[in-house]
Amino acid sequence: MSKDHDRYHGHGHDHDHGHEHGQDVPSETALRVKALESLLIEKGLVDPAALDAIVDTYENKVGPRNGARVVARAWTDPAFKARLLKDATAAIAEMGYTGAQGEHMVVVENTPQVHNLVVCTLCSCYPWPVLGLPPVWYKSSAYRSRAVIEPRAVLGDFGLSLPDDVAVRVWDSTAEIRYLVLPERPPGTDKMDAEALAELVTRDAMVGVAKVAAATAKEGA
Amino acid sequence: MNGIHDMGGMHGYGPVVPEADEPVFHAPWEGRVLALRRASGAWRRWNIDAGRHSIERLPPADYVRMSYYEKWLASCISLLLDAELVTPQELASGRRDPAVPVATPPLTADKVAAAVAAGGPTERATTAKPRFAAGQTVRARNINPTGHTRLPRYVRGRLGTIECHHGAHVYPDSNARFDGENPQYLYTVRFAARELWGERAPASDAVYVDLWEDYLDAR
Repeated sequence: MSKDHDRYHGHGHDHDHGHEHGQDVPSETALRVKALESLLIEKGLVDPAALDAIVDTYENKVGPRNGARVVARAWTDPAFKARLLKDATAAIAEMGYTGAQGEHMVVVENTPQVHNLVVCTLCSCYPWPVLGLPPVWYKSSAYRSRAVIEPRAVLGDFGLSLPDDVAVRVWDSTAEIRYLVLPERPPGTDKMDAEALAELVTRDAMVGVAKVAAATAKEGA
Repeated sequence: MNGIHDMGGMHGYGPVVPEADEPVFHAPWEGRVLALRRASGAWRRWNIDAGRHSIERLPPADYVRMSYYEKWLASCISLLLDAELVTPQELASGRRDPAVPVATPPLTADKVAAAVAAGGPTERATTAKPRFAAGQTVRARNINPTGHTRLPRYVRGRLGTIECHHGAHVYPDSNARFDGENPQYLYTVRFAARELWGERAPASDAVYVDLWEDYLDAR
């Protein structure tokens, strides 16, 4: 990959790129972080076991499967969907997903006439309790700069082309309101239950850069 | 501040290139930075707005070059220094100043799940009435604060329509400089794409931006 690729994707400095992935030689940054961690532990400012628990939370416990379950339930439970669109924070809390970077949730619904797209132009705000930590592209300068001025071109980067008669609504997360897109339920999924539907729902669809596709191969029989 | 972080509407950053099967962390140190910042934040010597502002103040060239977690690392260090939780000498040597007593961490492993689940809500009770009503036309103020603000440049001076309010929320501009929460109504404002970007934008499209009362004027 080119240097530009590295820069846009933020994997680190050119000189240590590659080492980070292989783990054979710690990068300069990894050594700096280790030194800071050791100092903070030595000073009693942080608890190493708490650090492990935080990493474990975001690496293993919180992620887009949470949001997928919310979406699938909204597709199969009209009363829940009504609550979700009226007070998303409370409805999502019913499913046990609360907290940091999802304190104030709003769900926006895609329809045949309206497509919603979520961005944070000022930093990288993202609904952690339902989607986990944001992917690199969401945090990239390219996405943050372009999503508001040319959302249809950004969708094109994801292979999604919308007809002219579909209105695009971009939600710029400038405050502590966090947005989740409720995608359209794909056709041909009438017989699927919420659990099976959740398997179809992708992170990208809940940010609004993709639609949910019916997985005919998975559900064929 | 009119910083490099305020990216909405800029050109030149190239295409958006998603990564297939992206891991949560690209290297273990990224997770450690996230955890260090979260755990040291439990000392409550700064707030989320001051934290964001510490990233915004990175030199622009560094801001664009650095990855998300590199920025978080730089921010974590500057917040720790500003809060005097760590001295520059300690940072340079990597060793604790023996004159400073060893502290007791406020966030222990048994408290992490509850802390994550609680988060930090920013809505505050208020007896004030909202100045603006849904459907009302407003103009985003053309102001250029040198400190932290969440009023992006691309909406300043533009006309929008109040979509709804979300109650009163902590005002980032004052909170970031430790000058009080100053809670005030937060609105979602709809800006037509053509109002922001001109006649070549599709008439059907719009950008919704969450803006505090002090960012808005009645038309």
